[in-house]
This record gives sequence, C-alpha cells and structure tokens, in this order.
Amino acid sequence: MWSLLLRDIRLSIRAGGGALTGVIFFLAVIATIPFGVGPDLKLLARIGPAILWIGALLACLLGLDRLFQADREDGSLDLLVLGNDRHMLALTVLVKCVAHWAGSVMPLVIAAPLLGLFMNMEPLAIGATALTLLVGTPAITFIGAVGAAVAVALPRGGLLISVLVLPLTIPVLIFGVSASYGATANPDPFLQPFLILAALTLFLGVLGPVAAALALRHGTD
Amino acid sequence: MRLIAENLGGERGGEMVFSSIGFALEAGQALVVTGPNGSGKSTLLRVVAGLLPKAEGRLLLEDGGDEFPSIASACHYLGHQNAMKTALSVTENLRFWREFHGEGRLDVEEALETVGLGGIGHLPFGYLSTGQRRRAAIAKLLVSHRPLWLLDEPTAGLDKASEGRFAGLMTRHCAEGGVIVAATHLPLGLEVATELKMGEAG
Repeated sequence: MWSLLLRDIRLSIRAGGGALTGVIFFLAVIATIPFGVGPDLKLLARIGPAILWIGALLACLLGLDRLFQADREDGSLDLLVLGNDRHMLALTVLVKCVAHWAGSVMPLVIAAPLLGLFMNMEPLAIGATALTLLVGTPAITFIGAVGAAVAVALPRGGLLISVLVLPLTIPVLIFGVSASYGATANPDPFLQPFLILAALTLFLGVLGPVAAALALRHGTD
Repeated sequence: MRLIAENLGGERGGEMVFSSIGFALEAGQALVVTGPNGSGKSTLLRVVAGLLPKAEGRLLLEDGGDEFPSIASACHYLGHQNAMKTALSVTENLRFWREFHGEGRLDVEEALETVGLGGIGHLPFGYLSTGQRRRAAIAKLLVSHRPLWLLDEPTAGLDKASEGRFAGLMTRHCAEGGVIVAATHLPLGLEVATELKMGEAG
C-alpha cells in the first residue's frame, strides 16, 4: 500500500500531474475577486474566508476526473480491482484518495494563507481558514472519489463529476465557512462547526472509499 | 491446481458473445484460445479473470491452497494495455507492481535482463517503443509469482527474437507447474498447449 501511495504522489508531481494545475486555478479565482468586488477592503476581509473556501472547493473538483481514469486508460485499474483479495479494494481507493489529497489538494491548503493576504484578511482569520481547509478538504476528495468512480468509463466525465459531486459537498462548505467565521466574529462559535467538519471528513473517509470501490467493481468492462 | 470452466457464457452489451465454453486445465497445462476478431477471446479472458460477470456456467479454481484461494488472487492478467505509467521509469513501474502484487520472485533488474531490456530501466516508460513496452509488461509477470497467467495477445508488437524468448518463458512457467490461458491469433510456439477455437458455427 505504501508503494501505491508513493507512486500516486510521484505521478502527481511529475509531468502531467495535477499538483500545479489546481494551485494556479485557485490563484486565478482568488486574484480576480478583488477586481470584481472593488477596492472595499472591509468587504474583502469579510467575504475572504468564504471566497477562499469556494476557490479551494472548485480547484479540488478540477483534478478529480483523473483519479481513476488515468489508471483505467493504461490498464492499471484492472489489476488494482483484481488485487481485491490481497488489498481490499476500498482500502486501495482510500490510499489513492489520500495520495490525491497529498499531491493535488494539500498544495491548495498551503497556498491558502498567501491568497488570504489578497483578500485583506486578518492573521487569525487566515489561520482559521487554513485550518478548516486542512480538515475539510479530505471530505471533498472522498466524495469526489465516488463521482470519479461512477464516471470512470465516460470520456470527458470531468463536468459530470463536478455536477454529481458539487451538491454533496455543500455541507462541507457550509461548516467549513461557518467555522472560519466563528474564529473571528465574536458571538459565533468556532468549535462546534469545526468538530462537525472533522466528523464529516471521518464519516466520508469510510463511506466514500467503500462506495467508490463498489462502483469500480461493477464498472469494469 | 486445477482451473475448470463448465458451459461458460459471456456477454457484452447485452448480447451473447460466446456460450458453452468448457475446459479443464491441470498444473503445467496451457490453453491457447484462437478465433477471428470479435469471436470473444478477450471477453473470455476477462470473464475468467473475474473482470466481467459471467452470463452462465461455472468457473472455479481447485487446490489453490491458502495463498491462492480464488482465480483473481492466483492470476496475472496481461491485457491489451500494459498497466504502466508513462511518466515513471521502467524500474519504478516494475518495483511498484512487485510490491503491490507481493509474492516477489525475480528482482526488477533480473526480470528486465530476462526479457532483454537490461540497462534501460532508468528510462521513462513513455520513451520505449511498442515492442519494448510489451516486453516490460511481460517482465511484470516475472517479478511476482502467480500460478495462472491470463494473456491477451501477449506477443502483439514483439519481434521474432522476443517471441522466441517469450515462448521459452511460457514453457518454463508450465514446467514449474503454472497454468496459462492465452488468447492470440499468432502462433505462440507453445508445444504443450491445447487449442480452443472460438467463433465457429455451432
């Protein structure tokens, strides 16, 4: 399983990998917001956490379609499915999700504090948003894995995956953003939404790979 | 170890591609599946591997032992694609499959020597020619041990010398008690093999 993790992380940083694409898309989204909203620094600081979360969510969806499709195209997916007796397929999917998160999504979390400066956010708000992104984005990857597994056989399934996955990620977005706001706005709580966010990630970390494995198992042809 | 198929049928897209296929292979035996394009050779192999559901019939592996309880766990499946990443080097690819499959047998270097690719393990897989890619995929069969080899057009793209070398590898695998099911329309040079013709009337 280590070898699969290392292979997928290595692939994401080699040529054609998704690590940089997501970060550049994230940067593009965040950099255009101040131009569109106007130079109202207070407003930017207020909407900052929400914009960072939406940007990160969309950037997450960008690379998801390649999660299983790349393996399917070169035939690796057949062998991963056949390996079910030695490495349970759900576990294989979990490892692929973790590798995808580490290779393509973690760069977004790392870039988020820098992009928070574009939005004139306070250090505390930047810290809180980065922390909620760190805890919440794995949930998006796990949901996305189900979409990617369902659409694995479709050419150009990327858009379909986004449409399938986006409604399911809304709870993650809501709790992520409300926890980020809770850290700065005084009457709002931080801990409660943050814990629900963590619970969502843990829950989807189990459900997502199992569902994706089921879809992959029946999707071979 | 015995691989048994009885009255096997397979379908693709709701249409029967083949039916009433039966064979029984003991350890050391090989089956060469021949037939015109579209007669269901690849489908048969994928049904045997368990990648496609069988439409009818029975399929079982006897005496696989604890190590190989099912066909999927006992087989190497070599499909049309080579299951290698073009961005990684040949050695990285093989090392990954060796660790993922377990039951390591030959070293990556030894396996590459055996298929005549010694000294090019550091190249990215994407730089290799079609025949070299196929040989690297064949090396994948050697780095970890599986008693059952399911080979789909294994010699596509190979030159004469490599074909001969691969025939030797298959003969040795059978001599060591392995079982081979190969779909092909080229002669494989396997002397011990029985032939199963598909797609004939009746």
